[in-house]
Amino acid sequence: MTFSLLIAQLINGLQTGSVYALVALGYSMVYGIIKLLNFAHGDIIMVGAYMVYYAIASFALPPIVAIVMAVAVSTLLGVFVEKVAYTPLRSAPRLSLLITAIGVSFLLENGAQLVFGADQKSMDPLITGSVMLGSVNVSYVALVTIAVSVVIMILLTLMVNKTKAGKAMRAVSEDMGAAQLMGISLNRTISMTFAIGSALAGIGSVLYLCAYTQASPTMGSMLGIKAFVAAVLGGIGSIPGAMIGGFTIGVLEALVAAAGFSMWKDAAVFLVLIIVLLFKPTGFLGRKIQEKV
Amino acid sequence: MKAFKIKTPVRYIINTVLVALLWTVLTLFISGAGLKGEYYRGILITIGINIILATSLNVVCGYLGQLPLGHAGFMAVGAYAGAIFMKSTPAAQLLRAGNNAAVIPYIIIAVIISALVAGVFGLLIGIPALRLKGDYLAIITLGFGEIIRVVITNIDSVLGFKFTYGASGLARIPKFTSLNVIFVFTAVCLFLIHVFMKSRHGRAVLSIRDNEIAAESVGINTTFYKTTAFVFSAMLAGVAGCLYAGYIGSLYPSTFKFMKSIEILVMVVLGGMGSMLGSVISAVVLTALPEVLRSFSDYRMVVYSLALVLMMLFRPKGLMGTYDFSMGNSIEKIVARIRARKKAKEAKAADEAKEAKEVKS
Repeated sequence: MTFSLLIAQLINGLQTGSVYALVALGYSMVYGIIKLLNFAHGDIIMVGAYMVYYAIASFALPPIVAIVMAVAVSTLLGVFVEKVAYTPLRSAPRLSLLITAIGVSFLLENGAQLVFGADQKSMDPLITGSVMLGSVNVSYVALVTIAVSVVIMILLTLMVNKTKAGKAMRAVSEDMGAAQLMGISLNRTISMTFAIGSALAGIGSVLYLCAYTQASPTMGSMLGIKAFVAAVLGGIGSIPGAMIGGFTIGVLEALVAAAGFSMWKDAAVFLVLIIVLLFKPTGFLGRKIQEKV
Repeated sequence: MKAFKIKTPVRYIINTVLVALLWTVLTLFISGAGLKGEYYRGILITIGINIILATSLNVVCGYLGQLPLGHAGFMAVGAYAGAIFMKSTPAAQLLRAGNNAAVIPYIIIAVIISALVAGVFGLLIGIPALRLKGDYLAIITLGFGEIIRVVITNIDSVLGFKFTYGASGLARIPKFTSLNVIFVFTAVCLFLIHVFMKSRHGRAVLSIRDNEIAAESVGINTTFYKTTAFVFSAMLAGVAGCLYAGYIGSLYPSTFKFMKSIEILVMVVLGGMGSMLGSVISAVVLTALPEVLRSFSDYRMVVYSLALVLMMLFRPKGLMGTYDFSMGNSIEKIVARIRARKKAKEAKAADEAKEAKEVKS
C-alpha cells in the first residue's frame, strides 16, 4: 500500500467517522441527560434520509430546502418520540425505558418499510467533483462532510458551555432533582436535548446521503449501533469524546477495509468496543460513576 | 386441621401426567387434522423452538435481571454445531429409509454438542460481559452476537475449506426435528429451568436480580451465579438452535441477525420478565398469531414493535408479571378454599342451631 493510498483511506475514514460522530453526539447528549440508550436515534437518521430523497428525487426541490426539511422532520420526530414514549416512563426502571427505545426503533424501521417500501432508494450524488491535495485525490464530499461536522462540534461545545440553555442541560445531567429545585424546567430541557440530538441526526442523514447516495429502511440500525459504539468508546456523555470515538471508528473501518478485510469490519468495530469496555468501561473521556449503596 | 400440602414427588407425578396428556391431545389433533396436519405440525414445531428460546432468555432477562441482546448468537452457534455434526452422521440415510428410531442417539448427541458449544461461547462471552451492567451489558452482548454472525459468514475463507458455507448457507441438513422430538426437548428444557430456579442456586440468582449489593453482602458469589445463569441460558438457546436446524434443513447467517434477538426479547417482555408461564404463553401466541393473520403478514413486525412499546407504557411488568403457574400450588389453593367454605358452612349451621336452641328455651 502506497503512502498516498493510505492517506486517501484515512480521509475516507474521517468522512465516515464524521457521520458517526454527529450521530454519536445525539446518543451521548441523550444518555448524559436521562441515562437512556436511545436505540431509536439511528432510525431518525433513516427518516431524515428518506425526506432528502423524496424532496430531491420525487419533488425536485432544491437541495437546501431538502436539507432544511430533513433537519426539521428529524427534530420533530425526535421530540415527538420523547414526549410519547419516554416522558411517561421517566420514573420507571431503566430496563423498561431501554426496551421501549428498542420498540420505538423497530416501530420506525418497520413503519418505514410499509410506508417507503423495503427496497433501497438510490439518488444522484448531491456534491460531485474532487480536488488534488498533493498526490492525493480528495472528493469535495469528504471535505464538506468533515468540515461540517467539525464546525457543528465547535458550535455545540460553545452552546453547552456558554449559553443558559447549555448550563441547564449540564445541570440536569448532573442532578435532576437539584436542577429542578433551582427552577430549571425539566421537561423543556430534556425536550431540547432531544431536539438538538435529532437535528444533528438530520444533518448526519444528509451527509450520509452525500456519501452513499442511497436510503433503505434498515440503514439506521447498523449506523446507529456503530455511532453508539463511537459514543461509548469516546466516553458517553462527553461531546469531544463522541467526536474522538466517531473518528476512531471511521478510520478503523477504513483501515480494516484497506487491508483487504472489508467483510470483517463490523467484527473489528465491536471487538475494539469490547476491548475498550473491558479495560476502561467509561471510554476515553468518560467520568467514573461511583455506585451508592 | 393441618393445611393441605401436596408432596414434591406427587407434584412431579401430576405434572408428568399433564405433559403426557398434552402430548396425546396434540398427537391426536395432528393425526385428526388430515391434510392440514403437516401445516399444523410445522407451526407446533416452531412454537416449541420459540418456547425454548423465550424461556432460556427469561433466565437471564427475568430471573437474573440483566438485558443481553445477543441471544440469537448463541442460537446460531448451537444451530451450526448441531447441523455440522448431523451432516457428518448417517442420519440423513436413516431418515430417508424411515428408520426414525435409529436416529434418536444421533439427535441426542447433536443436542448435547450444541448445548456444550453454545455453553462454551456463553462462558467466553459471559465472563467479560457480565462485569458490566445495564446498557453496557446490552451493547457488549449485542456486539458479541454480531461478531458471531460475521465470523460464521466469513470463517470459510480463513479456514480454507468449506465449514459453515458462509452467506450461501449450510444446506441439506437432515431434517430430524419431528413433533415428538421437539415436544420431548421442550419439556426437558422447561423442566431443567424449573429445577434450576427452585434450587438454592435459583434463589441466589433471584437475589442478585433484587439487589446485587445485598446479595453479595450475604455471601453469594454474584460473579459465579451471574455467569452460571448466563451459560445455562446460552446452552438452552443452543439446543433451540440445533432443533431449528433440524426443522428448517438449511442455515443462513442472516437468520441470526440482531433482529432475531429482539424477537426473542419481545416474547419475554410481553409475557412478563421473570415468569416462565408468561414466556411460554407469549411464545405460543406470537408464533401462532402471524399464521392466523396471514393476510396481515406485512404488518407483523409493526404490530410486534407497537405491542412492545404499548406494553411498556401501560403494563411495564408484562402480561403475567413475575407470576408463575404451579399445578400443585393451584390444587392446594383450591382445596384450601373448599375446606374454608365447608368450615364456614359448618360454623354457620352450628350458630343457627345454637340460636334455635336459645329461642326454644
